[in-house]
Amino acid sequence: MPTTLENWNPGKAENRHPDVTYEEKERLFLEIKNDIRYHDFLYGCYECGICVSACPSARFYDFSPRVIAQAVAREDVERVYDILTEDIWNCAQCFSCVRCPRQNNPGGLVTILREVSIKNGLQESKDALQGYSRVIYKVMLKGNQVSPDMLQPDFFPDWGPWVQNFSQNMHVWRKAIPMDSIRGLTDVAWRVERKTLLELYTIWFESGNMDIIKELDESLYDLLVDVMKEELEEG
Amino acid sequence: MTELTTVEQILEKKSHPVTRDAEAAPTQDMHELLYELEAKGEIILQKVPEPYVEFTTKYGRKKKIPIEHTWHHKSCGHCGHIPGYASSILWLHRQFGLDYHDPTDQTSCTGWNYYASAASNAVGQASVMARNFAAAYETGYFPLIHCGTSFGHYKEIREQLVHHKELRDEVRRILDKMGKPLVIPEEIVHYSEWVYAMRQKFAERQLVDMSSITATVHPACHYYKIIAEDAIYDPEIYGGQRTAVVTAVLQELGINVADYSTWFDCCGFGFRHVLVQRDFTRSFAVLRKIEVMKNEANPDVTITHDTGCVTTLDKSQFAAKAHERKVGIPVLSDAQIAALAMGAHPFRVVQFHWHSTDWRPFLEKLGINWQKYWDEFQTDLDAIRAGTKSGITWQDADQPIKLTA
Repeated sequence: MPTTLENWNPGKAENRHPDVTYEEKERLFLEIKNDIRYHDFLYGCYECGICVSACPSARFYDFSPRVIAQAVAREDVERVYDILTEDIWNCAQCFSCVRCPRQNNPGGLVTILREVSIKNGLQESKDALQGYSRVIYKVMLKGNQVSPDMLQPDFFPDWGPWVQNFSQNMHVWRKAIPMDSIRGLTDVAWRVERKTLLELYTIWFESGNMDIIKELDESLYDLLVDVMKEELEEG
Repeated sequence: MTELTTVEQILEKKSHPVTRDAEAAPTQDMHELLYELEAKGEIILQKVPEPYVEFTTKYGRKKKIPIEHTWHHKSCGHCGHIPGYASSILWLHRQFGLDYHDPTDQTSCTGWNYYASAASNAVGQASVMARNFAAAYETGYFPLIHCGTSFGHYKEIREQLVHHKELRDEVRRILDKMGKPLVIPEEIVHYSEWVYAMRQKFAERQLVDMSSITATVHPACHYYKIIAEDAIYDPEIYGGQRTAVVTAVLQELGINVADYSTWFDCCGFGFRHVLVQRDFTRSFAVLRKIEVMKNEANPDVTITHDTGCVTTLDKSQFAAKAHERKVGIPVLSDAQIAALAMGAHPFRVVQFHWHSTDWRPFLEKLGINWQKYWDEFQTDLDAIRAGTKSGITWQDADQPIKLTA
């Protein structure tokens, strides 16, 4: 549609997702705005672009922390929905953008947007996290992540022959570490007590984290709930 | 004397070291808020144990860094695939007979997962932190955070807890179910701040001359960008314009620290990216960090102080080499190079074999016969394989060795 004086809407995005109602987009926006951290992360925007100049993702993707801060500050419901479905997973979460002279935290805003996206089961976020379930499973169930047994040659071919060498020697290399809390362990990064794990599971259930996982990946949820419930009942 | 132009005046002003005035700090002092909450009985404030050293942070405030009685909050990435990082930190403590605790009543901060997937929320993340801090408090030891992400994440959560009563109430409700109080440490301390505090002690007991080495420094984003005011700065280091940790340690060890233009850039880790979208990670690490270092400083090694940075900068170089990019810089942490300087075994302690970019030329330049120590280590591994030795212990690793050619 050509832009005319009648339909000109300065600064606001067009409706690029007509399949989703404005009311639904507004509901998601209000969920973002009502997050307790929202006012800690957004104070306004000079449009100076300092955040963009420091942003690694802006160099490699069509991604701009300034646009995110601007869209949220202007309460541009349509553009915020575009960002929810297209941009948020490009952020590297390095927080280089917090050098903002207005003390904004665009990386923090992205965190809130991601949470809202996951909690509401947006398909784009499920797609972005495909292949990531194993990490969530590890950290929620075992108490830490990137255990040595996750360093498989098939998964890290670009890391070269080192991964193959490591994989062949993993068990003996792990025994050759002087720290008691690590030595010999391959399925966890360090040894975590059972009591500690039960406390961690309590946190996941009580904080609403399990509901988030259910929305993200139902089979992962079933697996986690089965193990955690059994452990908590026994513990 | 001719009058300076406006630009010359600005350049002249910038040429002087920055001395920060705490009275003019643009943020409220977190300590004041913590003491208020403690006075109201809302939190237990775990005090920094003595002995401690005070250093100046970005806005001129003081930060206490404990020297011992520390509870080592381990890092997933260190323990999972850079174990020489964690063992070097503890080895350094052991060299000085410092009291520390390596707990198993500790979980990950879960920050890596959170920054990658957002599959959590503010209450969950704050409760994980509070559980770990309560566990440290129960032992009487003070948390020393190994991971830069845990350090940054916990500082941000501390801000949220201090400013939002509803979050404190919710976290307390969850902690009640475990019989734990809400404890916040007086300072959140990163291990690299302890390394910085100990740097002169390391130099006094240095066994390996490192004056032939040129190093670049990658300051870790989550150390000095998240809650930036809580990182250590010193007018003597880059005029107080960059964090002093790491750089000051290397200088103390006699290493030539070389600058490069993209020092502020992140390493490209990306949390989610390094696991499931590594084209971004590889490209950024090589094009914006390693190649720039190579072109501008040609260092023998690059030194950083966080988990993801070591992994990203090190492991990203292999694929780039296949594309004939200018790579080939070994990557270590400040703790590992300090331990090496003090005579830590390159494999039993520093665990070079977990690093993939070729580190042999670096050790050779230091005059260290790595083959000799690798052969020793292979003897250890053979004994472990044969079942005559259960594993390497501190007894095998504690003794410094005279690393020679």
